[in-house]
Amino acid sequence: MPGGTAKFLRRAFGLVPAGPNYFFPRHTLIVRLSHWINAGCLAFLLMSGLQIFNAHPALYWGKSSDFDHPILSLTAQPTETGYTGVTQIGPWHWDTTGVLGASNVDGIQMARGFPAWATLPGPQWLAMGRLWHFFFAWLFVINGLLFWTYIFARGHLRDLLPGKADLAHLPREILDHFQLKFPRGEAAKRYNGLQKLAYFFVIFILGPLVVLTGLTMSPTMDSAFPGLLWLFGGRQTARTIHFICAFSFLGFFIVHIVMVILSGTWNNLRSMITGSYAIEGKDD
Amino acid sequence: MTENRRGFLTKVGAGATAFMLSGCTSLSQQKWLADLLAKVEVLTRHAQRLFARPDTLAPEFSKRDIAPVFRANGTLDPATPDYASHAANGFRDWRIEVGGLVEHPLSLSMAQLRAMPSRTQITRHDCVEGWSCIGEWTGTQLGLVLAAAKPKAEARYVVFYCADNMTSAGDAPRFYYESLDLLEAVHPQTLLAYQLNGQALPIEHGAPVRLRAERQLGYKMAKYINRIELMDDFSRLNGGRGGYWEDQGYSWYGGI
Repeated sequence: MPGGTAKFLRRAFGLVPAGPNYFFPRHTLIVRLSHWINAGCLAFLLMSGLQIFNAHPALYWGKSSDFDHPILSLTAQPTETGYTGVTQIGPWHWDTTGVLGASNVDGIQMARGFPAWATLPGPQWLAMGRLWHFFFAWLFVINGLLFWTYIFARGHLRDLLPGKADLAHLPREILDHFQLKFPRGEAAKRYNGLQKLAYFFVIFILGPLVVLTGLTMSPTMDSAFPGLLWLFGGRQTARTIHFICAFSFLGFFIVHIVMVILSGTWNNLRSMITGSYAIEGKDD
Repeated sequence: MTENRRGFLTKVGAGATAFMLSGCTSLSQQKWLADLLAKVEVLTRHAQRLFARPDTLAPEFSKRDIAPVFRANGTLDPATPDYASHAANGFRDWRIEVGGLVEHPLSLSMAQLRAMPSRTQITRHDCVEGWSCIGEWTGTQLGLVLAAAKPKAEARYVVFYCADNMTSAGDAPRFYYESLDLLEAVHPQTLLAYQLNGQALPIEHGAPVRLRAERQLGYKMAKYINRIELMDDFSRLNGGRGGYWEDQGYSWYGGI
């Protein structure tokens, strides 16, 4: 393919910005590897987690389960023709038939918390859901610890830690994000304040929190570290926080994907696969 | 050009991942995969026991934490003629045979079990489904019973046989059974419990005697126990995985 055509195609697909540009090594191999391992783990963990949740689709606050007063429940009420799925949060109820509380498995309506397309495996199968969950939980923790070690050892913490200047620029950043104005040129070489806040939150708060609340649900770990129960206010509270963490990861994922798409899909994707990120302007 | 090719390869990779996720349900039916995923169970057990020493106690609670109604799960009544006649006379003739790899096989009546030193503990019952209930259990430490039976050196597991048949009428009976290793069996909070909240154990909770293993999940705590056997290996017993639910794919190690 002639050089000119190739360049045209690369621009047309948004692989490189129009105008003069050069490639900047944005992510190291370790960061890219751990990112994709983490992404895979979270997908398996979320879906197998929903399978486990479906075994008792209700959440409580405190040491034990107050079955008459769950803070959230996905239940099915029998009707003449099948079920009505009901989602309850505190005093509120919604009819969520077809998605939450009651949904179809292979064309047959069943009482189940989350629908088959969201759980792993699809049909109700707690034992298998647990096998998937604990396998990927180990991978998630090992990968996370290696990533932490790497960023501390290489001094990358300062790239993720929001500084005073980042916080001062935050209102401006938020406004820019809403206007879909993203950093370009030199400014695109480092994370902006919102990115730092989001990444710092998932790496140093959400990650440890989801692991610790998961461990608090283990009766053996509670005997080894009773402090976990004190920290989270009981096993059922820990289970509820674990569930909130899972959906916070999902929320992060959705915003992350939207941002990746809006701020230059292919350039972002390439930088997370090959490491190279195209920067507008001339290399100096 | 390499960027383009790499980009294409990534899309293929992403597509393969999506295909894998949707195919995971059928993959789950493959025995080799379940066996591979289950390898992690050994890692989990070793890791947990690294932190939880043999004598670390499960948290105990106060009277005001006790659930007004303790949820019953699994078999709620074995309902066999034999069990019904035991229940009718207050389990006076119920016996727990202790045998297998022991020097002194025992046959304990409920009165003999109750005459042994007892332990009362208010603990949290954690079901594998995710819920928890707090109750006060009274019973004999399993360690005391085992000490009386004197396990032989090669004994490694304690198997509990139960009076509840898990199959429906007409099918060949399969009675509930469970097993612990000796480390968990001699834990101070592991009881042969005969009381819940100060009352004789109700039928739905495993009358006249059930296991309490407070660092484990609910399915490990066999109800309606009538025989205890010490073994060096349970791989030739029933489904070979050491328990009724284990034979259905649940982990033998129930610590998480």
